[in-house]
Amino acid sequence: MANTADSSQQIAHSAPVTGPVLGNDGRPLKASLAKSLRRQKLRALGLIAPLLIFVLLTFIAPIADMLFRSVENNIVGDVLPRTVVALKDWDATTGELPDNATFKAMALDLKEAVEDKSHTRLGSRLNYEQSGISSLFRQTGRKVKRLDVEETTDFVAAFEKMNKKWVDVENWQTIKAFSGRFTDGYFLAAADLTKGPEGVERVPENQQIYYTLLLRTLKMSMIITISCILLGYPIAFLLATLPLRTSNLLLILVLLPFWTSLLVRTSAWKVLLQQQGVINDTLVWLGVVADNARLELINNQTGTIIAMTHILLPFMILPLFSVMKTIPPSYVRAAKSLGANDWTAFWRVYFPQSVPGIGAGSILCFILSIGYYITPEIVGGTKGVFISNRIAYHISSSLNWGLAAALGTLLLVVVLGLYWLYDKFVGIDNVKLG
Amino acid sequence: MALPIYASPLQRAWYYGFRTICTLIFLFLIVPILVILPLSFNAEDFFTFTPEMLRFDPEGYSLKHYRDFFSNSDWQNAVVNSLRIAPMATFLSVSFGTLAAIGLSQPHVPFRRAIMAILISPMIVPLIISAAGMYFFYSRIGLQGTYWGVVMAHAALGIPFVIITVTATLVGFDNSLTRAAANMGAGPVRTFFRIQMPLILPGVISGGLFAFITSFDEVVVVLFVGSAGQKTLPWQMFTGLREQISPTILAVATILIAISIALLTVVELLRRRSERLRGMSPG
Repeated sequence: MANTADSSQQIAHSAPVTGPVLGNDGRPLKASLAKSLRRQKLRALGLIAPLLIFVLLTFIAPIADMLFRSVENNIVGDVLPRTVVALKDWDATTGELPDNATFKAMALDLKEAVEDKSHTRLGSRLNYEQSGISSLFRQTGRKVKRLDVEETTDFVAAFEKMNKKWVDVENWQTIKAFSGRFTDGYFLAAADLTKGPEGVERVPENQQIYYTLLLRTLKMSMIITISCILLGYPIAFLLATLPLRTSNLLLILVLLPFWTSLLVRTSAWKVLLQQQGVINDTLVWLGVVADNARLELINNQTGTIIAMTHILLPFMILPLFSVMKTIPPSYVRAAKSLGANDWTAFWRVYFPQSVPGIGAGSILCFILSIGYYITPEIVGGTKGVFISNRIAYHISSSLNWGLAAALGTLLLVVVLGLYWLYDKFVGIDNVKLG
Repeated sequence: MALPIYASPLQRAWYYGFRTICTLIFLFLIVPILVILPLSFNAEDFFTFTPEMLRFDPEGYSLKHYRDFFSNSDWQNAVVNSLRIAPMATFLSVSFGTLAAIGLSQPHVPFRRAIMAILISPMIVPLIISAAGMYFFYSRIGLQGTYWGVVMAHAALGIPFVIITVTATLVGFDNSLTRAAANMGAGPVRTFFRIQMPLILPGVISGGLFAFITSFDEVVVVLFVGSAGQKTLPWQMFTGLREQISPTILAVATILIAISIALLTVVELLRRRSERLRGMSPG
């Protein structure tokens, strides 16, 4: 009897069909499934987490830092805190000097800044915006130590005595314009724009270096990409149509340059392209050029284009080859049997199917080429360098890190935009190696 | 694509013309690398073939640039630095990268696309931008100019290659093998080392080789993140090319070409082995 009661109780328990299905541990099956799924997800994330944290720290944080530095402008507010507050009420457009209190604030700020020499750093920062301001700060820094703040009443006159430039309204306008915590000054400079009294304006034609440089980078990358298509297409076509054994052998000729150190290939071109180098020697020997009219192949745009085409050619051939391998040869045969001649069969049937490969290879070559630094630096001279060389120059020589960061940000935006296109047409997952 | 016997003269001309064009392009690809080899044995300090060399006169050839490479302390320090940095960077990217690749290949990974984008990004961002960012950030946290700074930067650059190659090997991985191992009482660690690792090893090794090459060949980032104490071989070559170009560079280049041929062979053998293990026909 007890047994029946037990079973009836069990039936009563599971009788409502609408209730949750139970697993054999008595808990709802759905909950157990969700729990195990959650555990799986956690385990996967646990495996990924160390790497993710590592990449975030060593790579993403630096990129974020660069983006931040391209707009950061704390130095004016840090070095001249009182002056920045005093300048708030000053109207920069009237053309009148700030009042005596502002000059006093400047005196107090400078006296403190001289202690840790931060006034020279501020000077060189503001010098990017207006030349001459750096020496103004350095000279005043030396003299301001002897200025007695308690005794002086007419600070304007005192400053004028230290350096005449202090009564020049332009300098004050610059300080006020760049007194904010953030600035668009670096980006304006990177786009050859400057902040004048009447708002943003173009810098004079002969000083527009960045615009010219960006145009040159894009133009030369385009030329390099096109040369890669012209040289890569026949090779990929040949590799795709030859029997597997032969094409695998020939593929080594493509992979060897791909695997050879970039520096080795660049040195090879430096050696080959010199005026007394192998190419010029051979041409002279063949009688193509006269000995006194050797070709100038290096330290100009020609050098950069030749060397970079050689370096990026495998990046064009490999994606093209992988696309062409999938085109069935029967299509071309079908076209020919329907009466097309060789050219029509190629142009109307084969070529359209290889266009995705051209797209993939071109975007890859173009992206790689606009960010190149080493090869243009070595074979490009002054006329054949890219925007990356300018970034490097601002980091290591001119020390204008903000401008370097702004140029880097612009380049990054262009590259990420191109990658977005690449992902849309080809898919990042289809990136293959070797 | 063999020429049929009924081909017209035009077809015949095009056939040979096309082959000639292709040969020329292949020469363009390979000759710059091959020219370096004999030039590195030049007895003079020239960058072109001397008349003695063209006559195959033994007088025209010598090993003096190689002797210079092995006796010059600048070059030897650079080799030592490269060999100290690259293996450590490879170790970091392979160990973190393999774990993450296994995690990414699980069936349920939240935010997989976003995570993948972050992990692949060091390969996408131009090196000069990575170098600039790392220079700024590492000088904030005191890593700029240190051994570990360069190692971590290089490890970050190598990670995408490990992720790509290892996830590619895991695509064909039969998960019932790990379940069978678990069924027979093996713990997760033992299953990993005894079952999964041997099967994905070819992918891990070729990912490691890519990471090694990335670090060994990298110059832009080390130029900014490193200091004189971390001067690597590519850095020394870069300085040599920019300032006082000496033919020793050609000897170094020849040695590096030999190394890359060896690595290329290893990767190719590994790829075939991996495809055989996974039951695919060798391509």
